[in-house]
Amino acid sequence: MLSEIIVTVNGVPVTVPSGATVTTAVLLAGKACRTSVSGEPRGPLCGMGICFECRVAINGKPHCQSCQTLCEQGMEVRTDE
Amino acid sequence: MSREVRQRFDVLVVGGGPAGVAAAVRAAEAGVRVGVVDDNVNLGGQIWRGGPEHEKETSAAGWISRLRASGATILCGLRIFHQPEAGVLLAEGHDDLHVLSYTKLVLATGARERFLPFPGWTLPNVTGVGGLQAMVKSGLPIRGKRVVIAGTGPLLLAVAAYLREHGAEIPIICEQASWSSLARFGVALFGQPGKIAQGLQLKRQLAGIKFSANSWPLAVHGKAAVEAVVIFRRGQTEAIACDYLACGFHLVPNIELPLLLGCQIQRGYVRVDDYQRTTVQEILCAGEPTGIGGVELSLAEGQIAGLVASGQMTEAKKLFGARNRARYFARSLDRAFRLRSELRRLPSPDTIVCRCEDIRYSRLSRHTSWRSAKLHTRCGMGPCQGRVCGTSTEFLFKWNPDSVRPPILPVRVESLAAMSSELDLECSGVSGGHK
Amino acid sequence: MTAASYDVVVVGAGIVGVACADQFARRGMRVAIVDRDMVGAGATAAGMGHIVVMDDSEPQFSLTRYSQTLWQGLRLELPDDVEYEQCGTIWIAADDEEMAEVWRKREYYNKRGVPTEVLDAQTLQRLEPNLRPMAGGLLVPEDAVLYPPCAARFLSERAQAHGAKFLLGDSVAQIGQGRVHLSHGLQLAAEVIVNAAGAYAPDLTPGLEIRKRKGHLVITDRYPGFIRHQLVELGYLKSAHSVTSDSVAFNVQPRRTGQVLIGSSRQQGAEHREVDNEILVRMLKRAQEYIPDLMQMSALRTWTGFRAATPDKLPLIGPWPADKSLFLAAGHEGLGITTSLGTARLLADHITGAKPEIPIEPYLPSRAAKVEVHA
Repeated sequence: MLSEIIVTVNGVPVTVPSGATVTTAVLLAGKACRTSVSGEPRGPLCGMGICFECRVAINGKPHCQSCQTLCEQGMEVRTDE
Repeated sequence: MSREVRQRFDVLVVGGGPAGVAAAVRAAEAGVRVGVVDDNVNLGGQIWRGGPEHEKETSAAGWISRLRASGATILCGLRIFHQPEAGVLLAEGHDDLHVLSYTKLVLATGARERFLPFPGWTLPNVTGVGGLQAMVKSGLPIRGKRVVIAGTGPLLLAVAAYLREHGAEIPIICEQASWSSLARFGVALFGQPGKIAQGLQLKRQLAGIKFSANSWPLAVHGKAAVEAVVIFRRGQTEAIACDYLACGFHLVPNIELPLLLGCQIQRGYVRVDDYQRTTVQEILCAGEPTGIGGVELSLAEGQIAGLVASGQMTEAKKLFGARNRARYFARSLDRAFRLRSELRRLPSPDTIVCRCEDIRYSRLSRHTSWRSAKLHTRCGMGPCQGRVCGTSTEFLFKWNPDSVRPPILPVRVESLAAMSSELDLECSGVSGGHK
Repeated sequence: MTAASYDVVVVGAGIVGVACADQFARRGMRVAIVDRDMVGAGATAAGMGHIVVMDDSEPQFSLTRYSQTLWQGLRLELPDDVEYEQCGTIWIAADDEEMAEVWRKREYYNKRGVPTEVLDAQTLQRLEPNLRPMAGGLLVPEDAVLYPPCAARFLSERAQAHGAKFLLGDSVAQIGQGRVHLSHGLQLAAEVIVNAAGAYAPDLTPGLEIRKRKGHLVITDRYPGFIRHQLVELGYLKSAHSVTSDSVAFNVQPRRTGQVLIGSSRQQGAEHREVDNEILVRMLKRAQEYIPDLMQMSALRTWTGFRAATPDKLPLIGPWPADKSLFLAAGHEGLGITTSLGTARLLADHITGAKPEIPIEPYLPSRAAKVEVHA
């Protein structure tokens, strides 16, 4: 359980503990998860897969729920697409 | 097309929280083939969230290890989105599709927090109460952060205790309920030894935290994220600097799947009989969808449902007493934490109500029904399918929710395209129309 | 009980009904419109909102083209939430046989003044990179898309501004002989009654040959720029224009939101609103044959709706021979959003004796043979 994982958020490496969700990585990187349809920055709300505010692009795939996805080594996360 | 996995169960349990785990344990221990499916990455639901390292709570650890030993098949990270035919559910995984057949189905789909809109509530670092706890359990560092907790319900206290234990500073807990209704709630607890112990334990953990009844958030200020929250307290407004506002207004049941399957809903909850059977044959329901009641009620209902689903009616009956006592507590919860009407006036005209589509309060207030608002403003038409704004507009405008259609959660188009894979369709040479 | 009296009572507040109410009200007539539900709740809410010129028949072309120019004229008045976008249609040719149809279609449109552009495989690929390589296509740049519920609401507000009275939430029990009976007992007297009840028109006017043709749609999350035109397959021409069997066709639409609307299907005799898995799967697999990457997109919702189909695939516009107070504006099948404006003009011109801009004759209900004459 001590192992750490490195992912990138908008190209910048972030180290997270094993078992961390992608939401955690995004918050550790100091980023909002997404930009709303009227241009507001948004972060996670419900933490349990209901609200869809934590959506990010993971490895090029848009609209992934970051709170429902565990970080994996080398994962590329983008909040700016 | 993604990989397809087919499995058949005597008893399929939807939801890996206390009710689902208890149901699965009691059914699997009787030797029938049981599957438990949950959309989260780990078992435990919201209350026991976090996987093995967080299973400190004795009842959680006990039940989950019992489940692991029971031989039940555990399917986490799967999102059920449709029943293409009676006795079959479809679930989407990260890169596969699961076709789950069942003889008996136990719905233990849990609850979610109710969120209410107020100015600034869409800023990053305004989270749910359970929401922030879930994030901390998933690795978000909270040590040294100032977290204002606001809203209503017992979750506020439990989460405050949890966050403080993890190093957060809690400037205040704002509970919208009045002292008098909280006092009545306290009285209702006397029949519940377990609850009192829990209350006392929390009391120790919460010592020194400012707790205010009759208090609620009015607005959040900040540029890129929360900087301060303005609260209403003792008849006045007060600004409190903070890093997070954790805010939730009690819980609402997840009844989308029961609705899709045709289960009758009564006053917002799934209707069940003494044996936890819904109005649809072969489908049972346990836990929060039948009434918000917490862990003990969920465990009792879950066990009954699991026992009934595996044909152990006499065993099930033995738990009726425990279940009915826990239900008494549940009813007291609903009364104590009923939302005050002042909260309907929290949003300003330009407050966003639907966060998926950014629909503001002023656009909604012209409509007379949820359907009209949906159709003409797109409120509730985003990926959350109205789970957030449908719940708040039900309170704000007294609108009734709509019917549900598959998929009950967004899924890949390819998963929808697999819905009748049983039929092995020949698609070439179909005649076309236009439009 | 004295019945409230109007010049015109329109039955049905779908886009066709509200367009009619708007036309009559603007011509100074006293108009009421009744519907059991809200504005645009039926086929209007279920439809794609494709403003398209069609060439199945000469009358179909005339009405769609006429209506399209009316939408173009209205364009600047449409509020933002109507989401009118002139994105154009590309009719997709999968092979050389269909490419021949592209040329025929181009010839037909050009003769009638509709601009088109023939796209070769490469150009098509450049315009729509997510489309699987195809033989080519025909771009019809003046075709447009809009969001039908808000378009209907806009027309209803305009009608109201001209004095039209909206009686919503009360169903109609009976119409005819200058009277509209609401099921709660209210009666309205009218010189002219317009049955604009879409697929439900025959419930009020027995003998009317309109059948429900069920359709399915799927909408995705937002993927801006994924497709840029309404894309429709030409392949349907290979098989006969079946009015009896169930069918699917590749027909996808870019919404202004970046969402993709995926269609389409046609079913006869399906009366229930639930999604039919088999037809939905066929529809999506058809779409996959054209755009494989659609399969990885996130689908938010599915829904169904009922088109009001006539045997000869033309709408019924004009007087109903069996009752001189009764007029029809129904049976628009999959083209009601497009042809609502033209229908309203034709009907209002006919009733007021104004000279219509296109002949109404092909759409007159008297063409339908099965007319029961009572009274």
